[in-house]
Amino acid sequence: MELKTIIEAVLFNSQKPLSPKELRDVLSQTAENSEEPLAKSFRKTKDEELIAVLETLAQEHATAARTFRLVCVAGAWQFVSQPEFAPWIKTLVGEKSRPGRLSQPALETLAIIAYRQPLTRAEMEQIRGVAVDGVMQTLLERGIVEQVGRAEVVGRPVLYGTTPAFLEYFGLRGLEDLPAADELRKIPVKKPEALLTVEPGLATAPPEQLALQEVVPRETTPAEPPPEPPARA
Amino acid sequence: MSEFKVQFEMFEGPLDLLLYLVKKEEVDIYEVNLTKLATEFISYVDLMRQLDLDIAGEFLVMASTLMYIKSRELLPKDLQVVVEGEEDGEDPRWELIRQLVEYKKFKDAAGRLQEMEHAQENVYRRTAPKLSFDAPVQRMEVSIFDLVNAVNVILKRFAPTDSRDVFEDKWTVSEKIEAIVNLMRQRPAVKFSELFAEATSRTEVVVTFLAMLELIRLKQIVIAQTEEFSEIEISQAPPQPVAAPPTEAPAEAAAAPIAELNLRMN
Repeated sequence: MELKTIIEAVLFNSQKPLSPKELRDVLSQTAENSEEPLAKSFRKTKDEELIAVLETLAQEHATAARTFRLVCVAGAWQFVSQPEFAPWIKTLVGEKSRPGRLSQPALETLAIIAYRQPLTRAEMEQIRGVAVDGVMQTLLERGIVEQVGRAEVVGRPVLYGTTPAFLEYFGLRGLEDLPAADELRKIPVKKPEALLTVEPGLATAPPEQLALQEVVPRETTPAEPPPEPPARA
Repeated sequence: MSEFKVQFEMFEGPLDLLLYLVKKEEVDIYEVNLTKLATEFISYVDLMRQLDLDIAGEFLVMASTLMYIKSRELLPKDLQVVVEGEEDGEDPRWELIRQLVEYKKFKDAAGRLQEMEHAQENVYRRTAPKLSFDAPVQRMEVSIFDLVNAVNVILKRFAPTDSRDVFEDKWTVSEKIEAIVNLMRQRPAVKFSELFAEATSRTEVVVTFLAMLELIRLKQIVIAQTEEFSEIEISQAPPQPVAAPPTEAPAEAAAAPIAELNLRMN
């Protein structure tokens, strides 16, 4: 018997998704309560080893193309059915108790929070171009996002981030699992703060025109030729 | 008119409307003719105003930004504003395009999240059944007739008095509700007869009974029989948002109809 098969059996009989830490606890507790050398041998299994085993296991299930697969959602491992069997499972166990789907504005705001967290409401509004108060309330009520701190700027505005419930709702392993994360997470090259404080229509134009006038006139030329010295009479 | 309103609500904001207009032009965001876009955007805002829709302030801010961009474009290239050292930093066109591109990225990301949301609806988690060898407590439904019957048994303890005399209200339903709630806090399940063990009169029994009915209605308690014809048991209802207790009502007024009912049942 190897570690992989033990982990599979434990996960199969678990009533909830298990994190590597919980799996490790199962192994160490069994080792304590058992006299068998095999059980004893897993007493100090390392997390990295467990994760490697879990990955292999998931891979094996994927290659075997079974009707279920092993996935990691929000850091905990579980067996889930393949989506194509949903119609029959739905008949068996009934509709999943899941809150209603999120609206388009809620999804947009959530996407901004997920990729750019932690961030303030003002920052979200800057990207969306509209107020986010209504959708933020929905997202907070559903526990998908939460306050994660305060920005150390004037007014100390609240910073928001996503919760583990967010990962569970979308079936994500972790935030690094978000699609196209590299592209969306990077801080924009241009800092927009400077632009927000300046009213471009008024602030930039007049000084520019003054500057142009400074270059164009050639006051120096007439002054250059020194007046002919009066004839030495 | 209302049909138009529905259409406008499709746009989440000015950026959304701009993206829609860019898409309609079938050009890359970076190559879009902002002057033309400005004209179209403002005609939309005008239309919204004609339709008497509430125009969000953001739309007006965007309209003014676009007007500014458009007015700049009217100047010949060499007369256009160029700020030294910040060639594209202050260019409102670039700023707008950058904002559009960024918004577009997140709109796409929201679309991907939506796909994942829908996909996740079809994913079912395997949960092993809970292993339990204790025989579950059987619970039988109790009907209103069972309850009336039970309270009648209790009432028989008291001789029917000729109640033409007027008593002061010694007991109120809300007091009794409190008493039952307190009792339930101490013990998970209470027998029906225990509720009335300390009752001293018919009125008190009726008031207590009404309090119990009220708690059932408020889903604070549930009643059940463990087997047929056994004594009714009262237990706490599964956790639920706490309902406000009913306003104080004099016992006699509320008790009257039930008392009548009992008389008829007798």
